[in-house]
Amino acid sequence: MSDQEPTAAALGARQSEESALKRFFRATEVDTRMLGMLGALLLIWVAFHLLSDGRFLTPRNLWNLSVQTSSVAIMSTGMVLIIVTRHIDLSVGSILGFVAMIMGVSQTGFLADMFGSGSTLIWFFALLIGMCLGALIGALHGVIIAYLGVPAFIVTLGGLLVWRGAAWWVTSGQTVAPMDPTFRLMGGGPYGSIGAFWSWVVAAIACAGIVSLLYHGRRNRTRFKFPQRPVWAEVTLAAVGCGSVIAAVAVANSYPWPKGIVKRYATANNIEIPEGGLFIAHGIAVPVLIAICVGIVMTFIATRTRFGRYVFAMGGNPEAAELAGINTRWVTTKIFILMGILCAIAGAISTARLNASTNAQGTLDELLVIAAAVIGGTSLGGGVGTIVGAMIGAVVMQSLQSGMVLLGVDAPFQNVVVGIVLVLAVWLDGLYRRRSI
Amino acid sequence: MQTSAPKVVEMQDCSIAFGGIHAVDHASLDLHKGEVVALLGHNGAGKSTFIKLLSGAYKRDSGTIRIRGEEATINNPRDAKAYGIETIYQTLALADNVDTAANLYLGRELRTPWGTLDDGAMESHAREVMGRLNPRFQRFKEPVKALSGGQRQSVAIARAILFNAQILIMDEPTAALGPQETAQVGELIKQLKEEGISIFLISHDIEDVFDLADRVAVMKNGQMVGTAPVSDVTRDEVLGMIILGKCPPGATPGPGAVTHD
Repeated sequence: MSDQEPTAAALGARQSEESALKRFFRATEVDTRMLGMLGALLLIWVAFHLLSDGRFLTPRNLWNLSVQTSSVAIMSTGMVLIIVTRHIDLSVGSILGFVAMIMGVSQTGFLADMFGSGSTLIWFFALLIGMCLGALIGALHGVIIAYLGVPAFIVTLGGLLVWRGAAWWVTSGQTVAPMDPTFRLMGGGPYGSIGAFWSWVVAAIACAGIVSLLYHGRRNRTRFKFPQRPVWAEVTLAAVGCGSVIAAVAVANSYPWPKGIVKRYATANNIEIPEGGLFIAHGIAVPVLIAICVGIVMTFIATRTRFGRYVFAMGGNPEAAELAGINTRWVTTKIFILMGILCAIAGAISTARLNASTNAQGTLDELLVIAAAVIGGTSLGGGVGTIVGAMIGAVVMQSLQSGMVLLGVDAPFQNVVVGIVLVLAVWLDGLYRRRSI
Repeated sequence: MQTSAPKVVEMQDCSIAFGGIHAVDHASLDLHKGEVVALLGHNGAGKSTFIKLLSGAYKRDSGTIRIRGEEATINNPRDAKAYGIETIYQTLALADNVDTAANLYLGRELRTPWGTLDDGAMESHAREVMGRLNPRFQRFKEPVKALSGGQRQSVAIARAILFNAQILIMDEPTAALGPQETAQVGELIKQLKEEGISIFLISHDIEDVFDLADRVAVMKNGQMVGTAPVSDVTRDEVLGMIILGKCPPGATPGPGAVTHD
């Protein structure tokens, strides 16, 4: 029997066994590239955890990591659209610096005079002013690139110098501090976090969102009689999605406030601290929440709106987009406006976190942002990239840096490692793409 | 052919120059309802450029274009589409990185009442139209760069007929295709003609032209050599027009025709 040729059924069985993983990926329709990136991230985390004697994968470190990532992650979402349309923006760090300076000056200056210092309106108007200014700067860049035909590389290289200089010029290089207390909440810290209860509320909303998205997708497929995902695949996706959300919130909720702040808070609110100490959880940090919202909005813009569709079509074939009747110049301008607004939001977060606007704020951020987008799978050839990918790319970059700080690696050597990882990641990505097409 | 049919396109004295080169030099051409006019000429004769003046890809320097008897302003592709003019470019002009439905609706996306893209409806219609052209086509979820040459061609054609075009411009629609697919496109052109759609066909294949077209128009060095009903000229005479610029007795000479000694 054994030396006979295998029967067709046996062959079929073996084939189906071999491709079980493939079938799983096809049924769930997950992006294997994204999965690979998450795997790499996990590997980096575990490696740092082992090398640092278990100091990396702690609530404290992960919570800090999330806060430190927010600013770059927010800007990377805009950079995706820019790189997808075959442009580049070298000025985001300088725009951040200039806008942050203006937001700092306006809240310590005329906004405080107008509303009275400590007013809760100050943060709102400071942020609004920043976003409008960011939009204007972006519009200026966009118009020069799209309508005057100057390459984005040059325009934003100019912007890099101009806005850094402008940031200095606002206060002649002086640091502006301190910031409005409400504005500071955007930077995180014990008070700038939403606490355990609200974090669970966010988790519940997120889980409901995941389930309703899957359900909506299924109903839509039924409506148009498209092939359905198997039910088990839908359930798996829902379970993994909700599980990740709950796990992340559980981590954020297990990071307690420092004892000193708990004591101050307890005395201020006349709470008696019990025997074993009072446990007050941080929960999700406000900047992280802002970054998540930005990520959701940007994903929506990129995938569900005409504007997003045009961005990708222009990246794939600019001539075709033009011939299809798309106003490519206006779309390009809008992309840069969006980038400017995102720089302002990122600037608000970093200002709030520092509790100051400094002249050097955001220096070299453009490189981190571009690296995050590229590691996240945005192709410099245009037409390819995802918002989620870029945000995960930002987490990868920040993980490397935080991990090396934890290990006590010298700063210059940190740059060496980050540089090598960037090149390596893009090379691997290129290999993967060539094989998959 | 049926000269009684109304003229849908009248291009008169159209010119465009790039730098010092007169790519199209005072060329005129008409198209009647339900007529197929083949535009012939060497590479660089100005056929594609001439046709791009109608599709809005280029803006003409001078000359007038009348659509259904009325003077038309065509300054960009959007204007042309508004007149019911659809174009299948030689390069296909597809966005390679997005899927079939996204390409078919590029620039004219269907939207839900909330203003978001209605990808379901677009894919559903795409399946319908593609089913007519290429019944075995199933790769709706893939970016069009993954498709074969023939499939990509079908996508480009489907995009042109999806929006009930009245006037169709086809620039070398079969250049990338095998014999079977070429025959399929031929059938499609005949079917569209039946439906009263008027077609400009740019082609290198003289057999195709005699099979499909009612009239030929020949260009040389940016000028119109002449036009002729296919029934009044032979293949050799048409080749003479293309190569030598000589107009046979059956043709109406244009400014580019070589005068007889």
